[in-house]
Amino acid sequence: MNRRLRWRKFVSAFMLSLTGVCAVVAVSVLFLILSYLVFHGGTSVSWSFFTKLPAPVGEAGGGMANAIVGSAKLLLLAMLIGVPVGFFGAIYLAEFSSSATAFVVRYAADLLNGVPSIVMGIFAYSLAVLPFKHFSTFAGGFALGLMMIPITLRSTEEFLRSVPASLREGAMALGASKWKTIATVIVPSAYRGILTTILLAFARIAGETAPLLFTALGNRFWSSGWSQPTASLPVAIYNYAISPYEDWHRQAWAAGLVLLGLILVINIVARGVLARGISVSRS
Amino acid sequence: MGTTTTTVPSAGPFAGSRSFLFRLREGDEIARLLTFLFAASVVLITVLLVYELWQGSALPRHQFGFSFFRTSAWDPVFDQFGALPFIYGTLVTSAVALLIAVPLGIGAAIFLAELAPLRLSDTLEFFIDLLAAVPSVIYGLLGIFIVVPLMRQVIQPQLKHYLGFLPLFKGPAFGLGFLTAGVVLAIMIIPYIISVSREILLSVPRDQREAALALGATRWESTWKVVVPFARTGISGSIFLALARALGETMAVTMVIGNTPIISASLLSPGDSIASVIASQFKEATGELYTQSLIELGLVLFLLTFILNGLARIMIVVTSKRGTGMVHV
Repeated sequence: MNRRLRWRKFVSAFMLSLTGVCAVVAVSVLFLILSYLVFHGGTSVSWSFFTKLPAPVGEAGGGMANAIVGSAKLLLLAMLIGVPVGFFGAIYLAEFSSSATAFVVRYAADLLNGVPSIVMGIFAYSLAVLPFKHFSTFAGGFALGLMMIPITLRSTEEFLRSVPASLREGAMALGASKWKTIATVIVPSAYRGILTTILLAFARIAGETAPLLFTALGNRFWSSGWSQPTASLPVAIYNYAISPYEDWHRQAWAAGLVLLGLILVINIVARGVLARGISVSRS
Repeated sequence: MGTTTTTVPSAGPFAGSRSFLFRLREGDEIARLLTFLFAASVVLITVLLVYELWQGSALPRHQFGFSFFRTSAWDPVFDQFGALPFIYGTLVTSAVALLIAVPLGIGAAIFLAELAPLRLSDTLEFFIDLLAAVPSVIYGLLGIFIVVPLMRQVIQPQLKHYLGFLPLFKGPAFGLGFLTAGVVLAIMIIPYIISVSREILLSVPRDQREAALALGATRWESTWKVVVPFARTGISGSIFLALARALGETMAVTMVIGNTPIISASLLSPGDSIASVIASQFKEATGELYTQSLIELGLVLFLLTFILNGLARIMIVVTSKRGTGMVHV
């Protein structure tokens, strides 16, 4: 082996191991995040975190029960908006639409998907806060629902399209009408993919903070009904983390652990169990 | 909706209307109409979004015109609003993020696509997808309590000690600032670069690699001089995609950038970005002009990400069509 070749082999081995280092560094960030959250949050999560209201400023203790319930209400609203529009819109695109219409709708959805979440917040503010002149749970859920639409729509459409044409033709040949074919053959055979999509979209918006800052605002007390400002876990994390109080910082860690735990569990269930063997598009 | 009528032209008016009635009874027309309404609402929402942003920023657009982008005074008391410090902050933090994230991300993607056995590659990809799912407020939390102290006590004093002669690293080490925001952003966008670049690299045809190896190239040479150039457009697309995320990223940046509208050559200085000023001031903004100036910033951010996302999508599709695989974006 001459020196030139030996040098080239050395460069090859060196650079390739460097790429390995890059991969290890990138993946280890996840475990760093998790261990820090478990370490700091784990010691702060307690029963009262889930059951009590925030304590008055300056007093130790208290919990985030109102933020947990608030987040649940916001996410419920978001699902009520995002899932039907995304799901039925996708059915139109995959089954009924002409290619020109489909292009326009898809383009709009992609555009919507790329809108920064803070801009979505401004949009929801001007549609659902300004006309009513007050911040509300409804406005927050609306903002999150808007964010959910393009994610659900695009991947649901992909899963519907991946249903083999023979199934479709078989049902039609048996005399089923088109909507019957869709309802009894196509959607059921794509349901795993669609469910995965919805779960992932849910997990994605569960941690969204920016659109809630000036729609759902925040609340140190229970929020009754849908037209009052409400606390939510992500916004509570933000407010507590930037506060000067040591006790609030601990609660922010606890809330972070709860939120991230929820999101990761949904992701693992969706990607690892439901989506086994099907490719899930990233959004 | 001229394109969606499906009457058979040769069947005459009577047959056509009967088949329409038939389809109506079967529910197909109703299903089509219902689902169309949902699909159309997506377009409507998008149009409305652009309209609201445009309409909502009418006041500052008329009052300041283009000087909005050239002036750096941000003084709500005297109704003076200039976007320059925020545009500067957004660009600087994103540039820092790309400088860190691109080499790391592409290196990791090369490892996953070219070196790692498929099982390992898929497992690591699973973890990277999980990383991409971590919400930005969590990154902000870690940023405040881990990255900021680390920056203030260790990294920034070191940078000042060794590179302090550069204007980039002058001034006191606050911990909060452009550099910290850029580092946190880098951590956040690395997963996107890895996922998309990996898929692009995997879609490069096998014979490209084999031909290079057969000509006597080492493994690295075949990767760096053949596979990566083949996938160049798509990899650039993944970087654009990541850049669009970085520009629009709000919470993590707001929590660590320092929220001070300053233009400073020093990366150690606190600053502000477009997204972070909206997040921290919109709620408290009093007066039409103040609110609308923030909305105009939102419009700027929207346009920036819109252009970048569009370019990215085109680049990724072009590359994956040249290759073998279909890449999901």
